[in-house]
Amino acid sequence: MNRLNKLVAIALPALLLAGCELGTKEQEQVGYRGTAMVQINDPDSKAKVGEIPAPPYELTAEMVAGDKAGTAYENVQVLGDTSVDEFNYLMQAMTTWIAPDGSAIKDAGCTYCHNPENMASDEKYTKVVARKMLQMTRTINANWKPHFGNQDNGGVTCWTCHRGNPVPVNNWSTAVPEPGNITGNKRGGNTPAASVAYASLNYDPFTDYLAGKESIRVGGKAFPTAASNASIQSTEKTYGLMMHMSQGLGVNCTYCHNSNNFAKWEDSRPQRVNAWYGIRMVRDINNNYITALGDVWPQNGAGPYGNRRGPHGDPLKVNCATCHQGVNKPLGGYKMLKDYPALKGSTPAPAVAAAPAPAPAETAAAAAVVKPAA
Amino acid sequence: MAYQNIFTQVQLRGELEAGVPLGPHNDQRIGPFGTSWLMGKLGGAQIGPVYLGTLGVASLLCGFIAIEIMGLNMLASVNWDPVQFVRQLFWLSLEPPSAKYGFTFNVPLAEGGWWIAAGGFLTASILLWWARTYVRARELGMGSHVAWAFASAIWLYLVLGFIRPMMMGSWAEAVPFGIFPHLDWTAAFSIRYGNLFYNPFHALSIVFLYGSTLLFAMHGATILAVGRYGGEREIEQITDRGTASERAALFWRWTMGWNATMESIHRWAWWFAVLTTLTGGIGILLTGTVVDNWYLWAVQHGFALEYPATGVVDPATLPGAPQ
Repeated sequence: MNRLNKLVAIALPALLLAGCELGTKEQEQVGYRGTAMVQINDPDSKAKVGEIPAPPYELTAEMVAGDKAGTAYENVQVLGDTSVDEFNYLMQAMTTWIAPDGSAIKDAGCTYCHNPENMASDEKYTKVVARKMLQMTRTINANWKPHFGNQDNGGVTCWTCHRGNPVPVNNWSTAVPEPGNITGNKRGGNTPAASVAYASLNYDPFTDYLAGKESIRVGGKAFPTAASNASIQSTEKTYGLMMHMSQGLGVNCTYCHNSNNFAKWEDSRPQRVNAWYGIRMVRDINNNYITALGDVWPQNGAGPYGNRRGPHGDPLKVNCATCHQGVNKPLGGYKMLKDYPALKGSTPAPAVAAAPAPAPAETAAAAAVVKPAA
Repeated sequence: MAYQNIFTQVQLRGELEAGVPLGPHNDQRIGPFGTSWLMGKLGGAQIGPVYLGTLGVASLLCGFIAIEIMGLNMLASVNWDPVQFVRQLFWLSLEPPSAKYGFTFNVPLAEGGWWIAAGGFLTASILLWWARTYVRARELGMGSHVAWAFASAIWLYLVLGFIRPMMMGSWAEAVPFGIFPHLDWTAAFSIRYGNLFYNPFHALSIVFLYGSTLLFAMHGATILAVGRYGGEREIEQITDRGTASERAALFWRWTMGWNATMESIHRWAWWFAVLTTLTGGIGILLTGTVVDNWYLWAVQHGFALEYPATGVVDPATLPGAPQ
């Protein structure tokens, strides 16, 4: 064997294995044996939870009980029932969360939203947005508890998404429509797109599923019925959304589904219920808060702080990765909300079912059934 | 002593072999062209003669047009940028018409009409090539086994791209032309119809596919192993069984109690290969037309296991659930 052959014999297998992630993997069985329901993680490439900023200072009971911000300050529309002390505490935290002092962000600090001459003024569009986002946060925490497994203090703060950025890093906007001819026409997919984990699937499953309310479900009954009309193409769009969820949460398909029949709820994990509420929560966020702000969002190129709209002119919106950022529980499940009671909101929950997730006892019993002997 | 098998390769050099004389209604053969040392490493060293004929020319022309339509559509999709064409080639696609067009031929070219055109030319090319394999075999006085095996593959191809879309009434059910896109189609198809692994014809197809590889490995290994006794001269060994054939048969009788014959092993292989695509095509044809969810069908027929429920309830079925 000559030198060239030897070189090829060494280089070729090395090249073929170059995509592999070496090292020990973590694995955890999450379902019935023999169903491949296992989460496999490479500890080296797992998304990091990241630091969580501490509260500005300790919020005492006297501070919470003090005079109301609504009477002390002008133009307080959302947090009027909050005490002045708690209001200022939250404002300080919000600054750290969204436009921290000393960062490279233009007008970082209070002035990112406020006119320092007149703090009550709504002249800066960012303040109008921030008010809407406060309403949104309170709605999420009050109305979408099932997404957080109905846990105490389960919910979000501004930090969950923003992480010190005026615009959360993970966002989406509607893809530019395809041309009517074949030049530059990708049929909405067939591109190595990060949004669907580099599959050739539809790279914008968000417009129809996370802003629109198109049905995500494609599976039918055993035999064809009039209702079983989902096309392969809409299945691929659903598939694209699932790829986004999988990547956005850093989990496999089997984190929620039993792959023997993806559609079947009875064989799924309780996490799929959380995700189901999450999808509806995201629709609520995108339609009733972000898109509802309309022309408050400056046109691209016209705003003082950079673009807030996508190439198609719609505002930058939220998907699963916006909060999750590659982690199945954002911030590793840390209950940040406990330190910010004003964000909890108190809106009654008319839209959400009273007993949406399976009762804990049921889930525990089910877990016992599927748990293998240790 | 050295036979032409993979261990003792002798490349013959001498007068080129033009083959048997053909009747007056045949075209001229092209070549033979000479010998190739490299090709001799893989098989026969002689290149040609090639018989092109009317069917061959028509098939190649249709195939060329089909590939051209696919390639130019893909090139157009990256704004005619050759660099992006190469970089994104595995992702690029020529997609069938969307569901709104149903199963009609009246589809604008940019909306999937090009897909129908490419599919039409590709089908014409394949069918002409099938006719070519049949006619050429007959002209050589051979059986038509190759043609019928090829026909089985064409059956699966036609089911996927034409017969099933016709029965479903929608071109959108057909497979896109593209490397990753056709793989994504396959995965989406299985998910949409409740997991194709529970389709018994798909299961049969897998049996025959894996069976084919097993038979191929067993047969290849057996013949190579008796190559030192002239075992690769299989056709002679069928009529005049020599020591190679005897040893090969004895080996299998010793190890598994029974042996295929020099003749029957080729029937086994042919049928396994043919049944792979034949059963596969049936399985695809029944999907969506007769059965919509293979897993549920399989549970209903005691063909699949039902796992203990996890206690999860479809939240959409709960009263007052958000939509």
